[in-house]
Amino acid sequence: MSPLFINFAYIFSGALFILGLKMLSSPSTARRGNLFSALGMFVAIVVTLLAQGLDYKWIILGMAIGTGVGVVAAVRVEMTSMPEMVALFNGFGGISSLLLAWAEYHQHPEMSVFIAIVAFLSAFIGGVTFTGSMVAFGKLSGKITQKAVVFKGQHLINAAILVTALGAAALFCMTPASGFGYTLFVIIVLVALGFGVTSTIPIGGADMPVVISLLNSYSGLAACAAGFVISNTILIVAGALVGASGIILTKIMCKAMNRSLSNVLFSGFGTKTAAHSEGDGPQGEIRPATAEDVYYILEAADSVVFVPGYGLAVAQAQHVVKELGDLLEANDTEVSYAIHPVAGRMPGHMNVLLAEANVPYDQLVEMDDINPRMDMVDVCVVIGANDVVNPAALDDESSPIYGMPIIETHRAKTVIVLKRSMNPGFAGIQNALFFAENARMYFGDAKASIQDLVAEFKGD
Amino acid sequence: MESVYLTFVFVLAIFLGFELISKVPSTLHTPLMSGSNAISGITLIGALASLHSDNLVFSAILGTLAVTFATINVVGGYVVTNRMLEMFKKKEKKEQGGTK
Repeated sequence: MSPLFINFAYIFSGALFILGLKMLSSPSTARRGNLFSALGMFVAIVVTLLAQGLDYKWIILGMAIGTGVGVVAAVRVEMTSMPEMVALFNGFGGISSLLLAWAEYHQHPEMSVFIAIVAFLSAFIGGVTFTGSMVAFGKLSGKITQKAVVFKGQHLINAAILVTALGAAALFCMTPASGFGYTLFVIIVLVALGFGVTSTIPIGGADMPVVISLLNSYSGLAACAAGFVISNTILIVAGALVGASGIILTKIMCKAMNRSLSNVLFSGFGTKTAAHSEGDGPQGEIRPATAEDVYYILEAADSVVFVPGYGLAVAQAQHVVKELGDLLEANDTEVSYAIHPVAGRMPGHMNVLLAEANVPYDQLVEMDDINPRMDMVDVCVVIGANDVVNPAALDDESSPIYGMPIIETHRAKTVIVLKRSMNPGFAGIQNALFFAENARMYFGDAKASIQDLVAEFKGD
Repeated sequence: MESVYLTFVFVLAIFLGFELISKVPSTLHTPLMSGSNAISGITLIGALASLHSDNLVFSAILGTLAVTFATINVVGGYVVTNRMLEMFKKKEKKEQGGTK
């Protein structure tokens, strides 16, 4: 197959990727969009395999293993584990860019300066993406601590690593073909792998939406750089699309937390604040409620808004919440689900869980839509969310989350907060909402608590 | 000259990406991530094209590993995205009472 034909086919693939992303702008067309995108990938793979002089035994081996692992993992994963799955796949994309750059370099060490620079970028970004994603995976799946791991001189070490990498890269670009150049390349790879760990480990669990978005962007940019190395336009186009997508998501997540990207990446949020605010947090009387109390409140309500958070995912409570929602609707109550942009551990995490439980997407409302009519809501049920409903973000200037947009549940007529205990949330600050006049605390495991409510509804 | 042309394509694609993605509603952010993640497995194309039969052994090993990881990324990414998007339904509950 001629290279000309292959490249025309790549244009077709690129168009399908663009079309696929465009169709993601509405839930009704999104699934077809994903299939278009997959078709684009399939076309690109097939025409690539038609090129001359390929070594098929290696290709078949790699693709067979990859397909097997990919399908099994994708079919088996629980919806609640989606963030770590995405992190894992993302890391694999990164390492393959690194390996590709290395293979190319090993095969053709005589590189122009431009190619040497992009080979460095591909290997470096790919390596950081890989280990960064593995750390994110570890944190999300609870294999390593979700807390921000901060150690002394962390910024210094990271800065030193970066300087080393850039220095090695500069030397490498001058003499890529020499043995010295090769040593430098290996050093760059190792440094990149190390940097992925040291730059991700200080970021705490609730900041993961930002980190995953950012790593997603890196994996695209790494693919893009790999495209420059082998002068392949489809890699550049597809990589750039993904890079742009990750950057936009990162921006949206940062805005939803009212923090700058550098603050998320470097501050080790949640470690310093926890200690100082223990004594001076809001105090007061809390009003615990039993399942029966909550039942009577819900039974009398005309409108109920559920506000889910990470706790919903941990307790796997999405199905029982949906069941409760259906019972309320059968009782002529208007039910909706208000979702904060950073609720959960990745962008859109809650939406996926509720969709899994068959909650129709027109019942899911965004923060900006629900807040203006919050005064009209009879009951807000907060399930496993804390910081995203903390009124301190609005009125307490000393609070670390001051200025973050929240779902203003405290303005509803009644707020029911489902919570395991009175422990503060991720930001380590006590929540004034729990002491509010209109708040009732309903303690216990989210899933069991809601099951009790469902039983109350069915009981009469 | 080729590097200029490739950079030109890159810059246009970045702008196009910004335009496309800013229109995606927050409800679909997780599928967007996993879907775009699958697209970033495009490195697979490069890895496949680099596996020539006259390659050095070490290059072939690196290339095969790249193909393996990129395939996991592509296949897993699309399958999992499809699984998620399947679940997003509009409200038309009368017919589908017994899906669970």
